[in-house]
Amino acid sequence: MRFVDEYRDAGKARALAARIAALCEPGRSYKFMEVCGGHTHTIYKHGLEDYLPGQITLVHGPGCPVCVIPMGRVDDAIHIAEQPGVIMTSFGDMMRVPGGNGSFLDAKARGADIRMVYSPLDALKIARDNPDKRVVFLAIGFETTAPSTAMTVLRAAAERIGNFSVFCNHVTIIPAIKAILDSPDLRLDGFIGPGHVSTVIGCRPYGFIARDYGKPLVVAGFEPLDVLQSVYQNLVQLAEGRAEVENQYGRVVPWDGNAKALAVINEVMELRPHFEWRGLGFISESALCVREPYAEFDAERIFRIPGGRVADPKACQCGEVLKGVLKPWECKVFGTACTPETPIGTCMVSSEGACAAYYNFGRFSRDRVKEATRS
Amino acid sequence: MNREEQVLERIERARRARPRVREELVTLAHGAGGKATRTLIEAVFLESFRNPLLEPLADGAVTGGTAFTTDSYVVTPLFFPGGDIGDLAVNGTVNDLAMCGARPEHLSAAFILEEGFPIEHLRRIAATMAEAARAAGVAIVTGDTKVVQRGKADGCYITTAGVGTVDPAVRLSASAAEPGDAIIVSGPIGEHGVTVMLARGELDIEADLVSDTAPLNGLTARLLDACPEGRVRCLRDATRGGVATVLNEIAQASEVAVVLDEDAVPVRPAVRGACELLGIDPLYVACEGRMIAVVDGRSADAALAALRSHPLGEDAAVIGRIAEDPPGLVLLKTGFGGTRIVDVLVGDPLPRIC
Repeated sequence: MRFVDEYRDAGKARALAARIAALCEPGRSYKFMEVCGGHTHTIYKHGLEDYLPGQITLVHGPGCPVCVIPMGRVDDAIHIAEQPGVIMTSFGDMMRVPGGNGSFLDAKARGADIRMVYSPLDALKIARDNPDKRVVFLAIGFETTAPSTAMTVLRAAAERIGNFSVFCNHVTIIPAIKAILDSPDLRLDGFIGPGHVSTVIGCRPYGFIARDYGKPLVVAGFEPLDVLQSVYQNLVQLAEGRAEVENQYGRVVPWDGNAKALAVINEVMELRPHFEWRGLGFISESALCVREPYAEFDAERIFRIPGGRVADPKACQCGEVLKGVLKPWECKVFGTACTPETPIGTCMVSSEGACAAYYNFGRFSRDRVKEATRS
Repeated sequence: MNREEQVLERIERARRARPRVREELVTLAHGAGGKATRTLIEAVFLESFRNPLLEPLADGAVTGGTAFTTDSYVVTPLFFPGGDIGDLAVNGTVNDLAMCGARPEHLSAAFILEEGFPIEHLRRIAATMAEAARAAGVAIVTGDTKVVQRGKADGCYITTAGVGTVDPAVRLSASAAEPGDAIIVSGPIGEHGVTVMLARGELDIEADLVSDTAPLNGLTARLLDACPEGRVRCLRDATRGGVATVLNEIAQASEVAVVLDEDAVPVRPAVRGACELLGIDPLYVACEGRMIAVVDGRSADAALAALRSHPLGEDAAVIGRIAEDPPGLVLLKTGFGGTRIVDVLVGDPLPRIC
């Protein structure tokens, strides 16, 4: 398939892997964090770690939008969904995320009208088609998905669709990366930068990572060769003693981002003073809410929301996994009490979550697999 | 054993533990054909009905030279490119019998109809069923009809059951796979699932695709004829949950490893494209006219030739093999040159958000 197969070429991967191996200094170990859950998914789906020498560890970062939603917000969303006359809509990934009292799937089984949509515009269509219902879109995601939520609010305003609102849980990537860099328990050598977010925010906001923390960051695409190349570019920078922001994903990411998308976000949303992240705690100015002029489309103003905080289950170590301090399998409950069937933590739910990706795709001993696949 | 391997052992032990249903209510995940369905069946139905014929949880039960099976059909939309619910109801049950190695003979059909359902649609469905039964060489010999109030059902649900005769020399079982066996798929995968997903009209994706719904008894008869007795170990149609789910069941029942080669799995470009866009793996997408055959490695060539000699098996391909270790797992050599696990999904494959 064009525009896909070129980026999955095993021959090119082998050549790149050889250059990566040649760049590794003997006896030194390297840790690179892929910030975005999409990269985690790519790494496991294609078995990319088979190409990396043992010295290189890929650490999974906080960039899975489903994984960073705190349990209290899930409960709030279910509370809204269970109000009379409400149709709650959300992306498929959210359906299984556990709150303090079950997930959307459980609430749906209890009778709540919760529907999976592929875009907020689908939710707006449901509102248009059901004028006697109150349709709420549970908005999640980084700057990648925020523009489409903002556009939908603008369209609802233009069409005067009064029965549509957004329960806004959009978060911003830079404060999360900063929280990780400031975390004392982690030593990273460089970053594989989030590609999709960067199509919107561009590469400039990462400047402080190179400047203030002396770490290279390479914005990368989502095909396996993209990720492999960004590892290579990180290693080249380290070998040359540089720490810069580089853009491997130039075919999609403009250096300055997408001014129109940023303007739309800015028109409809503003930064919250602080927001709770699952596992990372409260981070100031790290999330978006709906601005006052669009209050009539803001579910947080329309509905009385409990807003309770639900502490993560004691056994859950999602925070350490999200910060890259623990590998998924090092979590106490990984794979036994916490599985994709019965997730305790969010990292086990979305296919972009580090734990789910590792459990579904990578849960095996590499030596035994090498033996089994030798033909 | 290092720490990571200890953890992996602990997980495999947890996976082998008896399943428990933790939910208080049935959710849609229980009907998706993945782990949740399996757990529900084992914890509720198998627990209550337990008997030796049911225990293997196969496509049908075989006793005294007779194979017996049943299946319900609740597809939305009822009509889709390449077929309708009537094709599925006949072919699905015919195929479940064929996967037992049986020659399907008689079918029953029971209808649950919603008040207000157009008779014209029912005529269309009945005509399709008649045509599908003719094509498969079976007769629909008994049935039942119930009508429920508007809103209590979604138009039309059909349940079919079927019986067929099995040659006593044919013994097929998901637990019969052995290291060295070849894994063959009878044609390109995922077409039915993607066609129905697109026919729901929620995605605004158009593709030149039709459902693969078809009766597989002609294909299985040819395959069984071509291979010496006992060389065909197992046949499974890759319906709900797709090829990945079927292969996991075989790996677990036979306590062997399944090693797949991603590049060898036939997938039409339109299916691959739609799956790429949606972030779904075609290995999990339902087929209604494709099967997996596990065949003794020595008979792989003969089996492949037999399948390819039939119009429904023209694109049949060897997609992998059975290995000894690690037991119970399906491993995939990715097109990119890496390796990964292909696990059973919990519920429906959910599109990724970004």
